[in-house]
Amino acid sequence: MPKREQARVVAAEPVGPYALLRVERGRLVPGVPGQFFMLEAPGRLLPRAMSLCLATASELAFLIDPIGPGTRALCSLEPGDRLAILGPLGNGFRLDVERPLLVGGGIGIAPLPYLAEALRFPPAVLGFRSELHAEAAVLLPGAEIAIDPTLVTELIPSGHSVLACGPEPMLHAVAARCPGAQLAWEAPMACGFGACYGCAVEIGGQLKRLCLEGPVRRAAA
Amino acid sequence: MLLLNASGCLDALAAPEVARQLDGFVTKTITPLPREGNAPPRIAETAHGMLNAIGLANPGRERFLSGHLPRLRELGIPLWVSVGGFCAADYADTCAALDHVEAIELNLSCPNVDEAADSAAEIVAACRRATKLPLYAKLSAAHPDIASVARAVAAAGADGLSLVNTLRGLALDPRTLQPVLARGTGGLSGPSLKPVALAAVHACYAATRLPIVGMGGVTSGQDVLDLVACGASHVAVGTVLFSEPVAPSRIRGELSAVDTDEVMGAAHRAEKSLEFRAKVVA
Repeated sequence: MPKREQARVVAAEPVGPYALLRVERGRLVPGVPGQFFMLEAPGRLLPRAMSLCLATASELAFLIDPIGPGTRALCSLEPGDRLAILGPLGNGFRLDVERPLLVGGGIGIAPLPYLAEALRFPPAVLGFRSELHAEAAVLLPGAEIAIDPTLVTELIPSGHSVLACGPEPMLHAVAARCPGAQLAWEAPMACGFGACYGCAVEIGGQLKRLCLEGPVRRAAA
Repeated sequence: MLLLNASGCLDALAAPEVARQLDGFVTKTITPLPREGNAPPRIAETAHGMLNAIGLANPGRERFLSGHLPRLRELGIPLWVSVGGFCAADYADTCAALDHVEAIELNLSCPNVDEAADSAAEIVAACRRATKLPLYAKLSAAHPDIASVARAVAAAGADGLSLVNTLRGLALDPRTLQPVLARGTGGLSGPSLKPVALAAVHACYAATRLPIVGMGGVTSGQDVLDLVACGASHVAVGTVLFSEPVAPSRIRGELSAVDTDEVMGAAHRAEKSLEFRAKVVA
């Protein structure tokens, strides 16, 4: 079982419409890029699943989109606040790839900065719905950016091993265009460790728990 | 008093360290045939609880007996097997196939599947004929007179009761005003359910004096004491495991200074209850 620690908030900084929640690392380990953590959401019953965005020797950081009561509570945390964090959980990206290319869409860029570091900063293409959302690209210096109505899939050059995270339609489009791509999926999740059976998604024609079978899955080759 | 998990709230094979904190592991409900469960989304958070519509996802009786059960035995934790079905024979056949487990819990009240055609008492009677293992009947507080159901299953041969299952609820997406869950409704669990659980345990203890596994919104040692005071012999944790997998150890710690045997049924003896409350570790 991964560690569950009380982590101290360093800051929740705005990045475009999102917030980068930085916490003291303590005894938590960052894990493999694409793995996720369950973050206690103040005042809410259930924790929220977040992939790790950045790791330093002393901090972990999570990029959060304040779209509901739990994520808004997380984005409103103040320096010095404490929250319980469980992780790392699930299966991350495989890093033994030739000519990697990172593809991100919207809040799906969250795991890419940590992944970029692990892969020594490969090229990246990012898609956003507005200029404001695209401000988050500051987390991936040098990335090529597409803003709606241009689609990020239009920027994908051939001949790369694609590692992608983003909204479901984007991931399906990437899978169709790049067989064998590694895709990080998302599902509502109450626990993150196989207990709640809430995060079922269709994998190979069967409903399986994304927390145990993912969140990173390889697209059919 | 045993501390268990509520059926369906833990996979001991995926998280054995969580299960090892418990005095017994209660499996997900096993049905005769494998079930994938309901289409996603299957869970939704509510103001003070959550809804689930998993729909009894399980490997089915044969794969459970040949694959899962032997692996669960290797964990060395006492096993309670939750049994489900769609008629009395479904339940009885699974009971007949089980041996060397601590107890069988008959899931007579899942809000996320179509109900069995037979009554709770008919199912318990059929299972009683099929096994000598302890049989706990898991009932729903959605029944207007749960004590009468408790008396009926007691007469049919139940050794104990599991109280309560989730209650059917609905959550809407605030943007679309459509149900969040693909199935529409789901079972409500978490702190919202606790007063309902207390009332059910209180009524069924008074009606039957059968051993009761109390559950519904337990998050603290105080919640455990409340259920025990209403008549629960054992207590199960469910939803709290999702947010806090170490909750069983914490709750045990909160109860370390309390003799739960002394508290048992205290809510039925009004003059004593204040003393017990004072003993709870804050």
